[in-house]
Parts: sequence; structure tokens; C-alpha cells
Amino acid sequence: MIQQLPFFYFGGMALVCAILVVTSRVAIYSAMALLGMFVHVAGLFIILEAPFLAGVQLLVYAGAILVLYLFVVMLLNLQGGGATSLQKQTPWAIALSLIAVGELGYLLVKTNFYPKLPAIPHPSVPTLGNTETIGMVLYTQYLFPFEVASIVLLIALVGAIVMARGRGRFRQE
Amino acid sequence: MVPLSWYVALSAMMFVTGLVGVLIRRNIVVVLLCIEIMLNAVNINFVAFSDYLHLIDGQIFVFFVITVAAAEVAIGLGIIISLFRLRESVNMDDYNLLKL
Repeated sequence: MIQQLPFFYFGGMALVCAILVVTSRVAIYSAMALLGMFVHVAGLFIILEAPFLAGVQLLVYAGAILVLYLFVVMLLNLQGGGATSLQKQTPWAIALSLIAVGELGYLLVKTNFYPKLPAIPHPSVPTLGNTETIGMVLYTQYLFPFEVASIVLLIALVGAIVMARGRGRFRQE
Repeated sequence: MVPLSWYVALSAMMFVTGLVGVLIRRNIVVVLLCIEIMLNAVNINFVAFSDYLHLIDGQIFVFFVITVAAAEVAIGLGIIISLFRLRESVNMDDYNLLKL
């Protein structure tokens, strides 16, 4: 039980923060709750022996993405939506979500999580550190996806500038 | 030792939370935040399976998911700013340019 305590703390807090993101009336509270969720998910990554990803999670999500969100929330000067912050079709959405919950629950109950696996497939994994292993695999086996990811980021960079630039030439035509 | 199924259950609950948020919220910024919740839920799944199968590939996938999430946020917030200039609103119901 004491070994499972970190899981319950980080997992429970991540879930609570996720629910707060959905239920908060004010956008900035949602963003702050999302920050809590990112931090607790990083804690889960540490429990799962992925310290490098925990660092990346904190740097990229909590450091960069969330600041971008806060910047936009403040730039647009969003007020609380009050009672009108839910869609008209909320009952339908809840019904569809309940169906999704049923499907996921069925899958969880029916899945055999512990099939007969061959002994540890990559014996070299535990000998190197986590970051070294990720580096080794990322720059050899996954080199092409890595390059594609860099192009995706470049396109996103250019696209974000074009989108947010405002009244440029492309709109006056 | 925490069973793998607990992580999958937690991930499923977080994913459904994000899904409900995307479906019911009207504020477009909050909808984008809920998409982040869903991506994070998937990341938990990837890392949990990576740990239990002793395969590093799951963590590489999380790396790419984070990359795509960053790109998605940059583009999405650019679109939101552009739409806000056009409509002076962040309410999803006001974006009906394509409606007949």
C-alpha cells in the first residue's frame, strides 16, 4: 500500500485537476488547473521510471505551452462565461460520453493486461540510463520520424506567425 | 508495485474528462485545454506500457506526441487570435461562417 501511495497522489491529483479544467467558469482558472495536471503527470512519469520525459513534460508543457495559453487568455481579456459557458447540446454530449465510458470500461475489464511475454526484449535497456537510451533509440531507429517532427515544428512556427499576424496581404485581397 | 491496469484506468478517466470538456464547453480556449488533457492521458498510457514491457519505444512516442502538441497549440492559438479579431468572441457558437 505504501508503494502505491505516490500513484494515488499523483494520479488522483491529475484527475482532480483535469476535472477542474473542465468545470472552471473562468478560463484562467482552467489554465492554472491544467498547470497542476501537467506537474502531477510529470510525477507519474517519474514513478514510471521515465525521468527524462518528466523533465520534458515540465519544460515543454508547463514551461512553454501553458505560458502560451496564459498569454492568449490575457491578450483576449476573457471574462467568465457565467451560466452560458456550456454548449446547448450538453445533454447529448453527456449521453455520448456515457457511451464512451461504457466502452472504455468494457475494454478495461475484458483486456488481459499480462499476456505471456518473452523475457525482457531489450536486455540493454537497464544498463544505460533513461536519457542515454532515449537518445540512442531516437537518433538511430527513429531518425526519420525525428526529422519529420522538426519539419512539423517549422511549419507550425510559420503557420502560427501567418495566422496571428492579422490584417496582412492575404486578407485584403 | 502498481498494476498496469490502474494506469490504463486512470488514463481512460482522464481521457473521458477531456472528451466531455471538448464536447460541452463553449469557450474555444478551454476546448483547446481539454485537448491537452486528452493528449496527456494518452502519454500516461504510453509511458506505463513502456515501463511494464521494458521497451523504450513508448517513451519515444511520448516525445513525438509532445512535439505535435506544441505545434497544435501554436497553430490553434494563432487561429483563435485570428477568429477573435474577426468576431470579437471566443464563443464557439459565434463561429458559424460555414453554416448555410
